[in-house]
Amino acid sequence: MLRTLIQEVKASMGIYESDADQVYGLLAEFPNPGVLLDAAEATRKEGYRHFDAHSPFPIHGMDDAMGLGNAVGVGVSTFFGGLTGFATACLLQWWTGAVDYPLNISGKPFFAVEPSVPIMFELTVLFAGFGAVAGMLALNGLPRPYNPLFYSDRFEGVTDDRFFLHVAASDEQFDAEETAKMLRNLGAVHIELVQDDGLADS
Amino acid sequence: MANTEDDKTLPAEPSRPQEGAGGGHGQLVRGDLSFHDITEMVSRHTEKKAPLAWYIAFAASLSGALLLLALLAYVVWNGIGVWGNNQPVGWGWPIVNFVFWVGIGHAGTLISAILFLFRQHWRTAINRAAEAMTLFAVVCALIWPTFHVGRVWVIYWTLPIPNQMEMWPQFKSPLLWDVFAVSSYFIVSLVFWYVGLVPDLATLRDRAENFWRKRILGFFSLGWTGANRHWRNYEKAYLLLAGLATPLVLSVHSVVSFDFAVSVLPGWHTTIFPPYFVAGAIFSGFAMVVTLMVITREVYGLKNVITIDHLEKMNIIILVTGTIVGFAYITEFFMAWYSGVEYEQYAFINRAFGPYAWAYWIMMTCNLITPQLFWSKKLRRSIPVMFVLSIFVNIGMWFERFVITITSLHRDFLPSSWGYFEPTWVDIGTLVGSFGLFFTLFLLFLRFVPMVAMAEVKGIMPQADPHHYDGGDGRAAGNGHAEGDGEPYIRPAKVASLEQPDTDEGEA
Repeated sequence: MLRTLIQEVKASMGIYESDADQVYGLLAEFPNPGVLLDAAEATRKEGYRHFDAHSPFPIHGMDDAMGLGNAVGVGVSTFFGGLTGFATACLLQWWTGAVDYPLNISGKPFFAVEPSVPIMFELTVLFAGFGAVAGMLALNGLPRPYNPLFYSDRFEGVTDDRFFLHVAASDEQFDAEETAKMLRNLGAVHIELVQDDGLADS
Repeated sequence: MANTEDDKTLPAEPSRPQEGAGGGHGQLVRGDLSFHDITEMVSRHTEKKAPLAWYIAFAASLSGALLLLALLAYVVWNGIGVWGNNQPVGWGWPIVNFVFWVGIGHAGTLISAILFLFRQHWRTAINRAAEAMTLFAVVCALIWPTFHVGRVWVIYWTLPIPNQMEMWPQFKSPLLWDVFAVSSYFIVSLVFWYVGLVPDLATLRDRAENFWRKRILGFFSLGWTGANRHWRNYEKAYLLLAGLATPLVLSVHSVVSFDFAVSVLPGWHTTIFPPYFVAGAIFSGFAMVVTLMVITREVYGLKNVITIDHLEKMNIIILVTGTIVGFAYITEFFMAWYSGVEYEQYAFINRAFGPYAWAYWIMMTCNLITPQLFWSKKLRRSIPVMFVLSIFVNIGMWFERFVITITSLHRDFLPSSWGYFEPTWVDIGTLVGSFGLFFTLFLLFLRFVPMVAMAEVKGIMPQADPHHYDGGDGRAAGNGHAEGDGEPYIRPAKVASLEQPDTDEGEA
């Protein structure tokens, strides 16, 4: 139960487990973003869940095609980051100025909201920024230096001008032959079986 | 959503008429470039030997940076009296330079954040370089207050770190707000810049031949694979960072202006300062971006990516913000007269007609008058004109800070201490040196980091839109790697020949 949950959480980050034959998945190359979008949508409609589209830039409409909703997680971590920053600023200014070492500066109050606003604002923004980036990295499972997809030479083009659909072997429906057939029907121009043998010298 | 149409789930019909492939009119990227062309145009500069012009510029800049280093050592050794600062002009050139550099450091994050929120796609060509410029300008800015405190070895007293006096920073002081504002701005800008860089560093990683280059880029690109599950969170984080950086960029120069406005000094104590400083900062920052981009696109052959349209748009922003700044100068004058306060009136009349009138009129000319030339479409699309004008703007903006700082201080409340402030050779040397440091860092950036945000530029090209291919046969304008042009779109599956990894490159 817990194991399945962890697997699903990792799958949402794009980290999949290899099957018993050390097959990581099928990597299908598509000629352009339009075909990739259609292929991703069709793959989802076929019932696949552990798959991902890889492209040099975000493709408009791909989240809907893959059946992914709004990315709420990043927003939540940003919000709590901002809240932490705000609380830090309040406590810092109040405790240092009014509790730990009160100093009378021209008879002004030891702590007041008005002169504290700039620091409150700055720290809220700073910590919210940290929250956004930390949330993004955590939800994406990054940094991830090892990825079996890097065994594919063609996959090096994914950051240049190539478009891939990766169907992971961990998907319940995955069958190397049937899935490859489907991908080919969807317009894949090249299909590769990616194996995760744990050896770096592919 | 258009992509839920039934016929879209199936491969498109090969018989459907084909639209003109790659036809882009009035596009942001010129010259009918492919995705790979963009990668190539940008990445190769980090991979091959730098042009001769780079080495010459780097040698000159590095000399400036070394001059700065030597003079700062001299300042620390002898005390800040070697600068021209005195009483009553306690804030001499160091603070002028600080405000000048912080102002320049506004354009990058403005371009990345505010123009991103306004969906101004033209920003993609220039945002990477502008953000880098921002970071380097803020580095140059931070030098001045750091050394101006005199005892640079206890600069950490400005941070809430427990120290041997068991005292804390004075949070009611605008100078401390400034510490937080500028350092938060620097950190958020750095994070924003790095997050934007990750996909492009992955591009460089995948192109790298050298073992160590691949490892180092692999480390910094965090294992990026362009997965859509990642793009989804990435884009959200980028949007949120843009939303956070927008008020931040407006706050930084507002807080800098509080350093002046919160004091009780004629010429400084005005409520117009925050918006007026922010407009001035955008003005000078955009001018610096224009100066740098004009040179960069020329030297690195990026005229199809950083087009004349981009430069024209920046010149329009320079025109608008320059006019706002000029309007603020006039408003300040009006308010001084309208307030009926004799000392306030004297401060402004002294600015315009006193011993520093020459500085005041340089400021007026460069900031208010010459940018008006950009009303002419011909002039704002002329490279030589914009190059000269953008340099004028930064001369004018330096003098603005000079006028605000020096003229308000040099005749204080006690006429016996009135005098004429003059800089020393150390003042001049450190200012020149700070330009050296700025250009050194910028040249290193051009050499080692992709200077244009490749992933973002690709994303705004017409071929990037999945619906660009609607009505075509689906492979009309692909990436050039798709084999089998002219063959039927739906190919029979050949399951038996399912390829194993590292078997082949092409297929039969």
